[in-house]
Amino acid sequence: MLDTGTPLVEMHDISISFGGIRAVDHASIDLYPGEVVGLLGHNGAGKSTLIKILSGAYKRDTGSIRINGEDAAINNPRDAKGYGIETIYQQLAVADNVDAAANLFLGREITTAIGTLDDAAMESKAREVMGRLNPNFRRFKEPVKALSGGQRQSVAIARAILFNARILIMDEPTAALGPQETAQVGDLIKQLKSDGIGIFLISHDIHDVFDLADRVVVMKNGQVVGSARTEDVTKDEVLGMIILGKVPPGATPGPGAIAD
Amino acid sequence: MADQHAISTSIHPSRSAQNPLQRFLMATELDTRLLGMIGALAIIWIGFNIFSGGLFLTPRNLWNLSVQTASVAVMVTGMVLVIVTRNIDLSVGSILGLVGMVMGVMQTDILPTQLGLGLGNPMIWVLSLATGLLVGTCIGGLQGVIIAYLRVPAFIVTLGGYLVWRGAAWWVTMGRTVAPMDPTFQLMGGGPSGSVGAFWSWVVGFFACAAILVVIYWSRRQRLRFNFPLRPVWAEVALAVIGCGLAISAVAVANAYPWPVRIAASYAEERGIPVPESGLFISHGIAVPVLIALGVGVVMTFIATRTRFGRYVFAMGGNPEAAELAGINTRWVTVKIFMLMGALCAIAAAISTARLNAATNALGTLDELYVIAAAVIGGTSLAGGVGTIAGALLGALVMQSLQSGMVLMGLDSPLQSIVVGVVLVFAVWLDTLYRRNKH
Repeated sequence: MLDTGTPLVEMHDISISFGGIRAVDHASIDLYPGEVVGLLGHNGAGKSTLIKILSGAYKRDTGSIRINGEDAAINNPRDAKGYGIETIYQQLAVADNVDAAANLFLGREITTAIGTLDDAAMESKAREVMGRLNPNFRRFKEPVKALSGGQRQSVAIARAILFNARILIMDEPTAALGPQETAQVGDLIKQLKSDGIGIFLISHDIHDVFDLADRVVVMKNGQVVGSARTEDVTKDEVLGMIILGKVPPGATPGPGAIAD
Repeated sequence: MADQHAISTSIHPSRSAQNPLQRFLMATELDTRLLGMIGALAIIWIGFNIFSGGLFLTPRNLWNLSVQTASVAVMVTGMVLVIVTRNIDLSVGSILGLVGMVMGVMQTDILPTQLGLGLGNPMIWVLSLATGLLVGTCIGGLQGVIIAYLRVPAFIVTLGGYLVWRGAAWWVTMGRTVAPMDPTFQLMGGGPSGSVGAFWSWVVGFFACAAILVVIYWSRRQRLRFNFPLRPVWAEVALAVIGCGLAISAVAVANAYPWPVRIAASYAEERGIPVPESGLFISHGIAVPVLIALGVGVVMTFIATRTRFGRYVFAMGGNPEAAELAGINTRWVTVKIFMLMGALCAIAAAISTARLNAATNALGTLDELYVIAAAVIGGTSLAGGVGTIAGALLGALVMQSLQSGMVLMGLDSPLQSIVVGVVLVFAVWLDTLYRRNKH
């Protein structure tokens, strides 16, 4: 089923510079429906920057983005959401001082017939979604600041799936979590994948993503070193790609690959 | 703890409270911080009443206190939103001065003479006020655009505005004081004629009680609809009784303050009303500026808590980056906050000029500091994301009570400044302690 039909996302030949430093250098990646792609690389390899271009947080200098085979104009986070792209950021982009429901619906509040906020309806919907993700979650009335790392993470994930995301970007999704919560996120990713959602997992730690991903793409110094299906390569080979930029036989080399 | 969280959602948490006070607070879901402020206000009032020999808690003083608070109270509702989004507005006093001058010139010169409406034309106060609101909103909008789109810090933009608009106020008439105001416009300043009288005060009180009951009923119905935990019935009744009791006693106090004897006498003479032996008792009732401030407070509370705009303001204050990433147009929201602030300065300017019955270019001097102090005493956090309109209004009342009480006690004016300054720092320190203990 994978690798057939039109890719959900095609980012082609993307470059962006910050003050003379080329953070992303002619990088191309794609993502198919129901696929989990792990985007790996050291800190500063350009993976977060590349993905922030897709989520609209940064504007690319050159290159094109196609969603479902059609050119997409993504200039800000609102545009990206319009294409069904939802992002869960590394720094857990939640507003600490408001409650879970307010965070879930931030920017897309449910309003009553006269245009006021319908808090009861939002809380009810939030209870439903959170109940599915994290059945132990009860603290709906408290500001998110009072929640644990895992609870905050489930709020961030709930926000992404609440609006029927088709493309989900998760930046270090389990970095702030304990083992049990990490397993929960893993189950969740499998559930979302079976719904046909395409997922980018971004991490500098291969162990976080290797078992969850169908495919890995490795970046180094802003360039794509190569990509590989997880069944065709070993963890050590992928580590070699991350650290040395050396592409194993089972992988497809990219522009950043070093020649043997 | 985990087991406690796992109890069924439809049971109200107050069931698990231990002592009666805690149980009462949890059941009514009253904000303990706000209650603390009301307690502080009560201590200030009773303290001043004792030290001034019973002069403070008189209908006359309380009525005056309410009128004196109105102008700052109107502005502080906007300052809450400004501070919640981690901005500051140092220019409100100067905007008040400039807009006051503009409205003064409009009603004494431009409208009656240059546009030929004639003095006393009923359109004059409307057009003056509308012009003032327009000027205030535009000034706020201009500052907001510079802050949001040109990325100049609000502190600097409004510090510049503080100087610019104060200077502009002088330029309107080259420093000349403008007086008197249009008679209808003057009603916005209070005084015997600028109050609504006993009957209408009771009407206002009645509507306030009705509104309290409707809100309590409505929120109960919403909770039922989604099967959320309900407050116990006794707590709902207690809330209704306290709310309505406060509204009714406020009206009773305002109605207990009679018109000054001479004004009442000349009023009686004009209307041919016989004056009884004991003197004529005509109630002031609630003053118009106080009604305006209360109305602004209700509208601003609605905006802050029930609209998307208000939700965005608080989300931006809590985490500006998250708000931006959630797709909120944070720059435009910032501009709107400053436009609102400008419009509120215009309303405050109308109250101040009407009360003084003159527009001077020094009007509103130091108001920015009182407004910011009131907001901060009222629990608005300068770190952003936290603050309530009701708290800020109480903060304004606390500030004005201190000043008015010290005047009654005959304290020297330099000492008054010292006390206000110390209280400001002390209040914020207490608040810091409170927040630290809470988490």
